[in-house]
Amino acid sequence: MGEDPPMKRIKIALAGNPNSGKTTVFNSLTGSRQHVGNWPGVTVERKEGKFSYGGCEVDVVDLPGIYGLTAYSLDERIARDFLIKETPDVVVAVIDASNLERNLYLVAQLLELRVNVILDLNMMDLVEAKGISIDTEKLSRVLGIPVVKTVANKGDGIEDLKKAIVAPPKRPGPFQIDYDPDIEAAIERLSDTLKNKGLPKEYPLRWLIVKLLEGDAEILEKVKKLPEGSGIEEAVLKTTASLERNLGYDLETAMVERRYGFLKGLVRECSEKRLGIEERLELSDRIDSVVTNKFLGIPIFLALMWLTFQFVFALGTPLADLIDSFFGWLGTAAASGLTVLNAPGWLSSLISDGIIAGVGSVLVFLPNIMLLFLAIAILEDSGYMARAAFVMDRFMHALGLHGKSFIPLILGFGCNIPGIMATRTLESRKDRILTILVNPLMSCSARLPIYTLFAGAFFSKNQGSIIFSLYLLGIILAVVVARIFKTIFFRHEVAPLIMELPPYRLPMVKGVIIHMWERGSLFLKKAGTIIFAGVILIWLLASLPVGVEYASEESLIGRLGSALAPVLSPAGFGFWQAGVALFFGVVAKEVVVGTLGTLYGVEEAGLRSALLQYFTPLSAYAFMVMSLIYIPCIAAIATIKRETNWKWTGLAVGYSLILGWIVAVLIYQIGGLF
Amino acid sequence: MLPLSAVEPGRRVEIVEIRAGRGLIMRLATMGFYPGTVIDVISNIGRGPLIIAREGIRLGLGFGMANKIWVRILR
Repeated sequence: MGEDPPMKRIKIALAGNPNSGKTTVFNSLTGSRQHVGNWPGVTVERKEGKFSYGGCEVDVVDLPGIYGLTAYSLDERIARDFLIKETPDVVVAVIDASNLERNLYLVAQLLELRVNVILDLNMMDLVEAKGISIDTEKLSRVLGIPVVKTVANKGDGIEDLKKAIVAPPKRPGPFQIDYDPDIEAAIERLSDTLKNKGLPKEYPLRWLIVKLLEGDAEILEKVKKLPEGSGIEEAVLKTTASLERNLGYDLETAMVERRYGFLKGLVRECSEKRLGIEERLELSDRIDSVVTNKFLGIPIFLALMWLTFQFVFALGTPLADLIDSFFGWLGTAAASGLTVLNAPGWLSSLISDGIIAGVGSVLVFLPNIMLLFLAIAILEDSGYMARAAFVMDRFMHALGLHGKSFIPLILGFGCNIPGIMATRTLESRKDRILTILVNPLMSCSARLPIYTLFAGAFFSKNQGSIIFSLYLLGIILAVVVARIFKTIFFRHEVAPLIMELPPYRLPMVKGVIIHMWERGSLFLKKAGTIIFAGVILIWLLASLPVGVEYASEESLIGRLGSALAPVLSPAGFGFWQAGVALFFGVVAKEVVVGTLGTLYGVEEAGLRSALLQYFTPLSAYAFMVMSLIYIPCIAAIATIKRETNWKWTGLAVGYSLILGWIVAVLIYQIGGLF
Repeated sequence: MLPLSAVEPGRRVEIVEIRAGRGLIMRLATMGFYPGTVIDVISNIGRGPLIIAREGIRLGLGFGMANKIWVRILR
């Protein structure tokens, strides 16, 4: 080992606008050597990867997609904290070269922060298709940084990019945006005043002053904490006020304008456009005129959702059945194998009744979940998802949310866990919390087996409509609950919709698969560990005290069920088996079905006739409603906790339990009057 | 001058003023939309969100937000 020449390690970061192809560049650089974690202190995903090139081992951090480095968005704060605190050796700015000016805005901000930037002009094929030519040498000279051209989705230029990354970095030249003479003079004055005031050293002084003049709340907060903080604040405020008096409008707009002014000049100098313009965008606009049409928008959206679910269930259900029978076989095989080995009865029960049956009941959902994420990845990568959010914006206002919250809710129909995690894309914390709180009301695929069982037994003639009514009920309740929570907790918050609509693109297989796997495996990991623990706990409760028949009325869980029964009887299912089934259902909703099977000691086929003895159609419906609403499953609860805090988690559990009980009781009592 | 929300689709306008908080102004600016920007209104159905364009960039904008952006009609 010691004889190998030591590998040089460098750390780089990828920065870029959303839809600049940054993720594709990341995937092309790192291949499969990547993993997803969280940024410290927040739950925004942090993607990291590695590659080796030219004797260098390169760690790549994919920053969130950002437009600038302001303190107003969580993603942008994360990016700039990373750049300042973790000081990467190189920052690759991936930009959509077909929108040069806007994309260079971020690059200018990176350069003002004095990091080592490599400019990656991505999507060069689009640039050429639009008849634009870019003078990269000039661009490189003016900005004082290396410039590389890539077409990441075809792999073009990635080699050049790697070469540029491992080449020894040059400190960037004296790049600096010249604001107006008045502003420059003010910056000069302030840097004299602030030079020896113990400002945080990790920030370049000029950048700090620029941010202070822009009114950056985070930097201002930091400065205020200094010994002479209040004096500095006063100096800054005075300067800002006098500058704004001269300008006649606010300073931050002025500074933005100057930056864009500089970039406009730069783009004019370094690029040239031939005639024959923007056909792809015209195509995009033409698609949009149909897809976001006043009358067609919502029907098209609904049709696409219907197709998605058809695709997921038509393909997923046979696969799920396969997994189901595999675990059935495995359980039996394990039990008989252990009997042959003379293993004690409890061990064989733990393994076959507990672990195999429990883990199997979760894995059964894997095909559906993976396929749903596949469909969603296709919708996202094609650019349609942004339109769906746009089309649904007006509907979402009824919930006190805006269009972007819609995507997490749609995901919730597959599984609430990724739905809850997808709220990370929302800028406003209040929107996130509200969307998380109502997400469990979206009927996830784990609740479907309960509906199919009961609707099949009691409403065989109109099964479909009964199940549909439950999905609808969930949506209606989500609207009501969201409105109520909005008025109680976040009265004045209305975050407006501002969302870029990327041009339609053909999704790429590799990108879509990676996307699907990231989300799906997260579900597998989180749900797997939690449910595994839950399953063992429940097995214990069902097996104790020693000598009792597994999951009988005398077991701990049976006694618990009996204790719950009186509470449930106003809803029409006041017997211990129902209580136990619902209790087990908190581990994972689909477990309700299996539990009822165990408790009545019958296979799934015999279960229907067993249920007919205990339930009436009315109490069966009330039971389904209860299963829909009451308490999210453990995995969902854990996810809510991870994304928020105990207070909101407690609220999510509490309100759903109470609401579920109330609605079930109302249905049973009012239904009984007729 | 009129609010962007009142502009018919197909019009080209110039942003004159954004009457919103600092955060929203900066967010729009980093996305390429600030006073002086020339934009095309692609879609506006008089309620619900609008689509506006600045060269190759398309932005979906809530109706409430469009009420806060004051523009001058160019053509």
